[in-house]
Amino acid sequence: MSQVASIARDNHATRVTAITVGLGPLSGVEEQLLKNAYPLASAGTIADGAELQVRLTPLRVRCTKCEKESDAKPNCLVCGHCGDWRTELISGDELMLLRVELDKSVQTVH
Amino acid sequence: MCDTCGCNITHANEHLITAGGKLEKTASGHEAIDVLHNLLHENDHTAQHNREHFNTHDVTAINLMSSPGSGKTALLEATIRALGDEFRIAVIEGDLETENDAERIRSHGVTAIQISTGSACHLDAHMVHDALHELDLADFDIVFIENVGNLVCPASFDLGQHANIALLSIPEGDDKPAKYPVMFRTADMVMLSKADLLPILDDFVPERAEQYLRNLASSAPVIRTSAKTGQGMDDWLKWLRELVTHAQASHAHT
Repeated sequence: MSQVASIARDNHATRVTAITVGLGPLSGVEEQLLKNAYPLASAGTIADGAELQVRLTPLRVRCTKCEKESDAKPNCLVCGHCGDWRTELISGDELMLLRVELDKSVQTVH
Repeated sequence: MCDTCGCNITHANEHLITAGGKLEKTASGHEAIDVLHNLLHENDHTAQHNREHFNTHDVTAINLMSSPGSGKTALLEATIRALGDEFRIAVIEGDLETENDAERIRSHGVTAIQISTGSACHLDAHMVHDALHELDLADFDIVFIENVGNLVCPASFDLGQHANIALLSIPEGDDKPAKYPVMFRTADMVMLSKADLLPILDDFVPERAEQYLRNLASSAPVIRTSAKTGQGMDDWLKWLRELVTHAQASHAHT
């Protein structure tokens, strides 16, 4: 939340309306638990009430032997083509703040 | 990598930020700012600070992770007995409560700092940073960080260590790497501890544990040890000496 608040401050926003987070299966963070915790973490901050969007990133590996890319599972990162275990993770361990939507309208007093 | 110059944008994650452009107006007229900030940035920043601190003093830092009761403290006690005259060792102990483990280490004449995490199930870089304030790193060659016994959360937090060791004790079963992939894929070495129990608990197949580890695309060596009988300790000490030599050589180049 401190990263979101600092982006809002740097961009002179009055309110944060939405936050997008990228999450990989190997990030160690679960989408539903993050969504459950989010209202508590954002309460009282500039992002209070902002919508949380979670973009799940795919688990992909590249084989160092046959050099092809394939989908993988968290506990099976072997190459989907030749079956070799010596693969490199291309995506799937991210825990990233991807986008913040800001409201810059000035609050008017009636 | 940093969060300012864009060097953390790779071809793998680029698609996440290119859609819609860098600064686009949403349907509601709000401004959308695309960012690529690692949400663990604050922890990772402090971890890097810890690592630089270790490097400056030519200290090799090792993070020990495992289930509770798999023999981390017993391994450290056996290591201190074997290498106490060769290396100057300090230990940072993480537990929810008690100073028991730190007292076990201190009884061998070795400095131990206990971090009581309260209800927190892992150590983070900030806790280790605070503990480092109580250690004069100039007095040590190796700092072992004994993480909270837990196969889940410690895996997500960089502490500034040079190597991760995951212990898997024989009574736990050989499929732990398949059940806890996030932790085991971060390990630079996996130690099958309490190996003296293999003849009794013969449903634990070491080769199967290793296969589960390879399925995580891990090339980490697997060493069988028993702190009780001394089995495998030579392999472990050889690995440790090589790590220290390698770390010290890389410090000399920075």
